[in-house]
Amino acid sequence: MNPEIGHYALALALPVALVQAFVPLFGAARRDAALMAVAGPAALLQMLLIGTAFAALTQAFIASDFSVINVYQNSHTAKPLLYKISGVWGNHEGSLLLWVLILAVFGAAVAAFGGALPDRLKARALAVQGMIGTGFLAFILFTSNPFLRVNPTPAQGLGLNPLLQDPGLAIHPPMLYLGYVGFSMAFSFAVAALLEGRVDAAWARWVRPWTLAAWSFLTVGIGLGSWWAYYELGWGGWWFWDPVENASFIPWLTGTALLHSLIVVEKREALKSWTILLAIVTFSLSLLGTFLVRSGILTSVHAFASDPTRGVFVLALLAIAVGGSLTLYAIRAPKLEPGGLFSPISRESGLLINNLFLATAAATVLLGTLYPLIADALELGNLSVGAPYFNTVFIPLMVPLVLLMGIGPMMAWKRSDLAGVLARLKGALFGVGLVFALALSLSGIDAIDIAGSAGIALAAWLFFASFTEWAGRVRLFKLSPANLWKRVRALPRASHGMTIAHMGMAVLIVGVSGSSAWKQENILTMGAGETITVAGFDVTFHGAETIRGPNYESVQGTFSATRGDGKAVTLKPERRIYDQPAQQTTEAAIHTAFWADLYVVLGEGPADTGRYVVRAYFEPFVPFLWYGILMMGLGGLVSLSDRRHRIGAPLRAASIVELAKG
Amino acid sequence: MAKRKTQRLYFILLGGLAVATGVALVLTAFEDSIVFFYSPTEISQQTLSPGQRIRIGGLVETGSVNAEGETTTFSVTDTAESLNIVYRGILPDLFREGQGIVAEGYMLASGTFQASDVLAKHDETYMPPEVADAIKAAGEWRGDEPQQEATSNSTMASP
Repeated sequence: MNPEIGHYALALALPVALVQAFVPLFGAARRDAALMAVAGPAALLQMLLIGTAFAALTQAFIASDFSVINVYQNSHTAKPLLYKISGVWGNHEGSLLLWVLILAVFGAAVAAFGGALPDRLKARALAVQGMIGTGFLAFILFTSNPFLRVNPTPAQGLGLNPLLQDPGLAIHPPMLYLGYVGFSMAFSFAVAALLEGRVDAAWARWVRPWTLAAWSFLTVGIGLGSWWAYYELGWGGWWFWDPVENASFIPWLTGTALLHSLIVVEKREALKSWTILLAIVTFSLSLLGTFLVRSGILTSVHAFASDPTRGVFVLALLAIAVGGSLTLYAIRAPKLEPGGLFSPISRESGLLINNLFLATAAATVLLGTLYPLIADALELGNLSVGAPYFNTVFIPLMVPLVLLMGIGPMMAWKRSDLAGVLARLKGALFGVGLVFALALSLSGIDAIDIAGSAGIALAAWLFFASFTEWAGRVRLFKLSPANLWKRVRALPRASHGMTIAHMGMAVLIVGVSGSSAWKQENILTMGAGETITVAGFDVTFHGAETIRGPNYESVQGTFSATRGDGKAVTLKPERRIYDQPAQQTTEAAIHTAFWADLYVVLGEGPADTGRYVVRAYFEPFVPFLWYGILMMGLGGLVSLSDRRHRIGAPLRAASIVELAKG
Repeated sequence: MAKRKTQRLYFILLGGLAVATGVALVLTAFEDSIVFFYSPTEISQQTLSPGQRIRIGGLVETGSVNAEGETTTFSVTDTAESLNIVYRGILPDLFREGQGIVAEGYMLASGTFQASDVLAKHDETYMPPEVADAIKAAGEWRGDEPQQEATSNSTMASP
C-alpha cells in the first residue's frame, strides 16, 4: 500500500509546484500580497509531499517490496541495511527523487527562515524554485517513475551494483546533489533579482549563505567521489578527467567564482551583472551535469545506462532553463545600476581576476568534455579527449590563480598597494624557498622531481601567505596570549573560514603535485612466499583464502610489507564476487602512514595455480588530497556559521550598512 | 579613483586576455591530445603510424583470451574484422568474453594493438556507443530494441 501513498504524494506535488511557480509570480507583478503569500505554504507543502514520496520509497527498499519494479531491479534481501537505504538513490529514478527532495528542502528553508527577505523577492525566488521543481517532477512522473509495480511479485530482487555497495559511495550522491541543487538557490535569487531589476549588497548577503553551503557540499561530494574511485576501482588513481567527473567539477569552478564575486557585490556593489550571470551559468552547468550523467551520451568510466527519451527530456529542461534565464539576463542586466569603481590594484580587481581564471578554466574543461559530441555532430570523426588535454589547459591556469590567492586577501578594497602587500609576504617567500630546496634535496633533480617540488613550493606559498594574512589580522606576534585569544574570537568566522579553506587548497595541491610526481608501481604474478618490491617496500605474499561476506564470496590475499628493518604491516586485498548480481569487484588494501599510502591490488591469475597477478603502488601525498578537501569543506562550514551569514540576520546587517553609508 | 570609462576599458582588456589565454591553451592542447576511435574494420583498411595513440573497440572474441603472467592477449571484433590486443596489467572486473570493450593504446609494427587502458562497462546490457556504431557499420547490429534499464557502472584499468 505504501508505494501508492508515495506515488500519490508525488503526483500531488506536481500541481503544488505549478501553483508555487506561477501564482506568486503573478502576485509579485500585480503587487498583490495575498497571491505572493501563496509561495511560502506551497513550498512547505511541496517538501512535505516529496518527503512522503521519498519516505515511501525508502520504506519499500527497507522492506524489500519487490512488487515495486525499482526495488526489484536495485535491491536484494541479503543486502546490508545501509545499502538497502543507499539503493534508494543508487539508481536513476530514486536519485532524481532525491534531487527534487533536496530542491524542495531548500525551497522550504527559504519559506520557513526567509522572514527577513523582502516579500516580492522571496515570492519570485520561490516561484523560480517552483518552476525547477515542476520540470523535474514532470520528468520523474512521466519518464522515470520509481513507484511502478510489477505483477506477479518477484520472489527476489536483482541486487544493487556491487560497486555502489560502499560506504563512501552511499553518501556521495546526496552530498553532490546538495551541492548541485544548492546552486539552484543562487539561480532562483538571480532570476528574481533580474525580475525586480535590482541587485544590491543586501541581495548578495541573502545569496551568499546558500552559495557557500552548496559549494561546501559540492566540494565534499566531489572529494568523496574521488576517494571512492581511488580505493574501490583499484587503479591507484584519484582523478581521471572523465566526463562524469568533469560534469561535477565544472559547476564547482564557476560556483567557486560565484562565491568570490558575491563578496564584491556585498562589500562594494560592483560586478553585479557578472555575478548574476555566474549564478545562472553555475546552475545551468549543474543541470548540464545531470544531463551528461543521466543521458549516457558520453563514453564515461562511470557511465550509467540510460534511455534516449530521458536524455531528450533533460535536454529540453536544460534548454528552457538556460534559454529563458539568459534571455531575461540579456534584457534586464543592462538596466542594473552601475556598481562601485575600483583601481586595477585592489581587492575587487584581485577577485575579478580570480573569477576570470576560474571561468576560463571552466570553459576549457567544458570544451574538452563536450568536444567528442561536437566532433561527432560535425562528423569530424569519433574521438576522445583525454587527461593530457585537461592537464595542458588546466595547470597553466591554476598556477597564476594560486599565486594570486596568496596576495589577494591582503589587498585593500578600492585601491591597494601591491609593493606593501609583497613586503609583508617576505617571510612567506623565504619559507617557500626553504620548502622548495628541501623538496629537491629529498627527491632529486630529474624533471619530474623539479615539477613535483615546484608544485609543493606553490602550495607552501599559498599556505604561508594565508597564514601571514590571518596572523596579521589577529596580530599573532604582537599581543599577549589572553588578548590574542580575544582577538581570535573577535575576528569574523568568515575570515577564519577563508583561511581554513585556502590552507585546505594548499594541502590539496601538495597531494596533487606529490602523487603525480612520485607515485611508483610494480606488477608481478605471485605465488605464496614470493615478494614484490615497490618504493623500497618488500611486499610478501602469504597466500589467499576464500571468505564469505554478507552477500558475497571473496578471495582474500594476505600480504606483509616492510621497509628496511621497519615493522611489518599486514595488507588484505580482496577480489569479491557478489551473489546478486554476480559481479566481481576489486577491494584494494591500503595502508596509510599519514603522508603516503601503500596500495595493493589482488588480480586474477592463471586458473587453479594458486598464483595471482598483484599490483602494488606507493602513493605519496595522496592522503593530503583528503585532508585538503576536508579542510575546504570545514572552511565553508566555519564561514557559514558567521553571524552575518545567518538567514535571519541579513536585514539587520543590511540596515547597518545603510547607516554606515549615511 | 578610476573613471567609469577607464574601468570599462580595464574590464574589456581583462576579458580579452582571458579569452585569448583560453584559446591559446586549448589550441596547444588539442594539437597532440585528441585520440581518435577506430573499429577493427577501419584499422584493417588504413595504415596508422606506429605509436600514434588511438582508441579501438569491439566485442571480446570468445576463446581468444589468453593470460601469461601479467600479460593478457585477446582479440576484439566488430563482427566483420578482428584485431589482436596485448595488455599488461589487471583487467577491469567485468572484462569477459563477448563483452563490448574500448581500449586505448597504439598499434605495434606487428599489427597487434598494445593497450595501455582497457575500458569495460559494468553492465551486460550496456554497450559503449562507439562499439555499437562500429558493429552497426559492419552490418551486424540487431540490438536496437530498448535496453533494459539498470544502473550500470564501468571500470577502466590503467597500468
